[in-house]
Formats: sequence, C-alpha cells, structure tokens
Amino acid sequence: MQFKSMVVSNVELSPGYFRMRMTAPHDMLSAEPGQFLMLKVTDAIDPLLRRPFGFFDVGTFSAEYAGCGTQCYAEILYKVVGKGTRMLSALHHGDLLDLLAPLGKGFAMGDPGEEKILVGGGVGLAPLYYLAKELVARGDKVRLFAGGRNRDDILCITEFERLGVETYVSTDDGTLGESGLVTRVLERHLAKTGMRIFACGPTPMLKAVALMAQSHGVPCQVSMEAYMACGVGACLGCVMKGANHSEETPDYRCVCKDGPVFDSFELQWS
Amino acid sequence: MQRPDMSVEVAGIKMRNPVMTASGTFGYGAEFGDYMNLESIGAMITKGLSLRPKAGNATPRIVETPGGMLNAIGLQNVGVDAFIAQKLPFLSKVSTPVIVNLYGNTLEEYGEVASRLDSLPGVAGIEVNISCPNVKQGGIVFGTDPLAAQQVVRLVKRSTSKPVIVKLSPNVTDVVLMAKACADAGADALSLINTLTGMAIDLDRRRPVLANVTGGLSGPAIKPVALRMVWQVAKSVQLPIIGIGGIMTARDALEFILAGATAVQVGTASFLDPSAAQTIAQGMEQYLADHGIDSIASLIGALEV
Repeated sequence: MQFKSMVVSNVELSPGYFRMRMTAPHDMLSAEPGQFLMLKVTDAIDPLLRRPFGFFDVGTFSAEYAGCGTQCYAEILYKVVGKGTRMLSALHHGDLLDLLAPLGKGFAMGDPGEEKILVGGGVGLAPLYYLAKELVARGDKVRLFAGGRNRDDILCITEFERLGVETYVSTDDGTLGESGLVTRVLERHLAKTGMRIFACGPTPMLKAVALMAQSHGVPCQVSMEAYMACGVGACLGCVMKGANHSEETPDYRCVCKDGPVFDSFELQWS
Repeated sequence: MQRPDMSVEVAGIKMRNPVMTASGTFGYGAEFGDYMNLESIGAMITKGLSLRPKAGNATPRIVETPGGMLNAIGLQNVGVDAFIAQKLPFLSKVSTPVIVNLYGNTLEEYGEVASRLDSLPGVAGIEVNISCPNVKQGGIVFGTDPLAAQQVVRLVKRSTSKPVIVKLSPNVTDVVLMAKACADAGADALSLINTLTGMAIDLDRRRPVLANVTGGLSGPAIKPVALRMVWQVAKSVQLPIIGIGGIMTARDALEFILAGATAVQVGTASFLDPSAAQTIAQGMEQYLADHGIDSIASLIGALEV
C-alpha cells in the first residue's frame, strides 16, 4: 500500500548509521520479516527515485500527540551512502514521507524445532532484528553472527541480546569481537542438522555464506540488495540471475518482487 | 458545470482520457493493480515484446541521475507466446485498451510478432519500437535510418489490421525527417520520445556504472527535449501524436497536449509513484474544470507561438 508517514525519531547510532522510526497504518503489523518499504525522501526531483529499506522493526507504541491510544510504527536502519540517505539523515520528528510498503517476499520462518542462525554484515543486520523478534516470540533458539569492518559497523547488538539472542561479533580490524570475517566464526558453529540460516549483508558475504551452507547441507535464505526503481516488479532494473540462468534459457529474478529473500539455491553465485 | 470531456481517439483507439502508460514502465499492468484503478486511464502499453523470450542485459541495469534515470534493461520480456498465454488474459479483463509494444531482432521478426497479435481481440493496437537504444539488433537500428524505418512500418502494416503507432527515437539529427518517413510508410500514429542515450561514470572505480556502458535517459530531465520534438513533429505531420518524456504531473501532460499531442504516456513517474498515471489523469480533468474548458480536444495543439 501507499501511505503518508510521519518521522517519529531519527537517531545516529554510530558514525553514519541511523535508526529511524516512522508512523505506519496498523496493516503494517502483518508485514513479514525480510519484506521492505520504499520511501521518497523529497517531493523534488533530485533524488528522483524512492529508496528501499528492509524493516528493522514493526510494532506499536503509545502516541500521546495522536490522541489515540496506540500507533503502529515501522523502523529502518540505514547507512548514509549518498545524496538520498544524507537527506534522510537530516529529517526530524514531524517530517512527512511517502511510503510504499510492505513490498517483496520475506523470510520463511522454518520449523520451530530448528536452531535459527542469523548472519548479518554491517547494515545487513537491519532485517534480522525484526526476524529475530518474531522467531523469539515463537520460542525458537536464535543465534546471531554479526560482522563489519570495524566497531562502528556493529549495530544494535544490545537489542538482539535483550531479546535473548546469543550473539557472536567479529570485525575485520578486531576493534570489536573476534578479528576476521563473520563467515570464519560462522563455520565453527555450523552443524549438519537442525539448523536454518538467514543472512543479509554485502553480496560477497552472502555468497560465502550460501556456499558454506550448501556444503554443510544447511538450508539458507539470503536477503539481497540491488538498485531498483519501482519496487513492484515493473522496471526489471533489480534482477539477479537464477540458478539455472543461461543466455538460451534466461532466468532472471526480481529482487523487489521475487525477493528480496531467496533460498540460496535459487540464485547463481558464480 | 458538466464534467469536462476528456475522451480522445488515437488511430481509431477510443480512450476515456489521454493518459497512457509508457512501455517498459508498467510491466504487464497487473503489477500496478494494487496501487491504482487500471480503468481510470486511457490505455496501457505493455513491455516491449519480441518473438522469443529475451534475457535482457547484465546488471547494473539502472542508475539514477539528476532529475532522471538511465536504464539499459535490454528489452527483457517473456516472448509473444507467454504474453498471449499468461499476461493477456488479465489485461483483457480490464476495460482499458491494451496496446502492445513490439520489436524484432530482424525486419522479419517485426512482421511475425505483429501478425501473431493480429487476431487477438484483447489487443487494441500495436506500438512499434524502433527506438530502443540498449540492444544491438533491432530497436535503434531501424529508428535512425528513415528507409529502414519505412521498411519496418510497411511490413508491420501488412502484418496486422490493428492500428499501428510508431515510437520514435530522439537520438537522431532530424526527428521530423523520421516522422515524415514513418507517416509516408503508413503509420497510423506516432509516439515520441523514447529515451535519450546517456552515460554515467563511477569516478573512483574508473568504470561505467551500467554494465551496458550506455543507457537511455528518462524522467523530468528530458521533458524540454521531448516537448520541443513533439511540437516540431506536430507542426509537420498530419498524424495523431502521443507525447512522452518526463511527464510527472498533470501540468506536464497538458503542456504536451498544447504542443500538439493528442495523448500522452506516463513512464518513469510510475516508478516513483505507482498510481502516477491515475493521478495525472485526474489532475488534467481538474485543470480543465478549474479553467472552464469543456473538452481536452480543444487544447490539442492550442499553443500560441
């Protein structure tokens, strides 16, 4: 659906990383973890296109100003990388945004008995928090492997721990947690059975996680990111190659509509 | 006061208002059904269709530029058989005319796709794409050479009894020359403009941003160029013109009508606002009502120079 949303808060968590809360219609409570929203930062024509963000959290809070009991909110976690996100970071409580949400296909939560392994790289942690919240609410055991270049890239770990998620942190430079790539830490903890992986982060990380999961026989879903214009499957700008793609038998998947969450074996990683 | 009469007719296709959706920006219609009333607009033009399914270009395929975007999708589409089997049934249920944009990798393919669509009652007309800048074969090859364009138009006209709209490229020295060539070859209407060829460079990586290196520029950035071309062509050719290029608002659309367009196509605007075509159609009617104008037809070519 398309709706106007008000910025409730927009806080810088660590240099360049922001967490923004926006009002949303109550229908948004049924958004699946892994689905995303697209927002227009400005009514002007530069930047022209909407920006996609996974749901970091969806819930309700009591909104005194609204004079109406509880208000639904959606939260995003974002990194300032260009003009659009820079403008977004300058918004304040009360500013209005135009939103399209919920979009795309979210995570399949799997069987309750399985241990849930979340793997996030940098701002890729964003959709994993909402996922963790839903998994914990079902009573699942959840572990999070969070990686980044340095300590500033490791976000909201306390929030995950507050949910009861066991966390493993690693940074490339060792400024927080273990030194090295998140996949190295992950590999030590992978069992062959009873696990399910959910990953979001830079594509090289997702590739490494997907291949590792496949070699261990662990089911794995990845949440992909891509340039996109429309978010509804029309522009075909955000496509990725499906596992069986070839020039003769094209198999492109839209990140916006067929994803952003894919089973790792659905995509071509070479 | 009565509601203004917004209806127009292009090459025999009767439309409730002049707002159409531009090919390649509206998928196969169904993608937008959740966001707008598909029966609130004049016509829907579907994604460029070829004889066989087409994979399209490598990624990245799109990049935003100031006031616009570059795309090099490469005409990815399901092919004519899948279109008829999977996409057309939904479109046929909507009471809005469906115009199929098509292209060929060879001259013969243009004719073949057109003839495959000829007997289908759900197809109101054909838009011939001779202007895609992003594929090596087909598309632009026919759109920059008047004689090649005439060959395509004549063949398509022979292959179908449906109205034939020819979509022109702005990437030519003289768009009027191309327009006249297509008119002489029997086109029933002209739509313009397709995207302007452009390029974006990633300075730090020293690489082009798009995998295809170049792409087609669309969005508000190209509107002045489009207006100028529509105005030039409308003055010189007797065919109905469909204006395209950076239309974001009802006022933009009305400017094209004044310049001589009978109808308009909304393209990139649908990407940032999936209900843009409907909003623009409503806004045009409101403008007429506010200004005491009783029919859109009275504004066509009403520019005072």
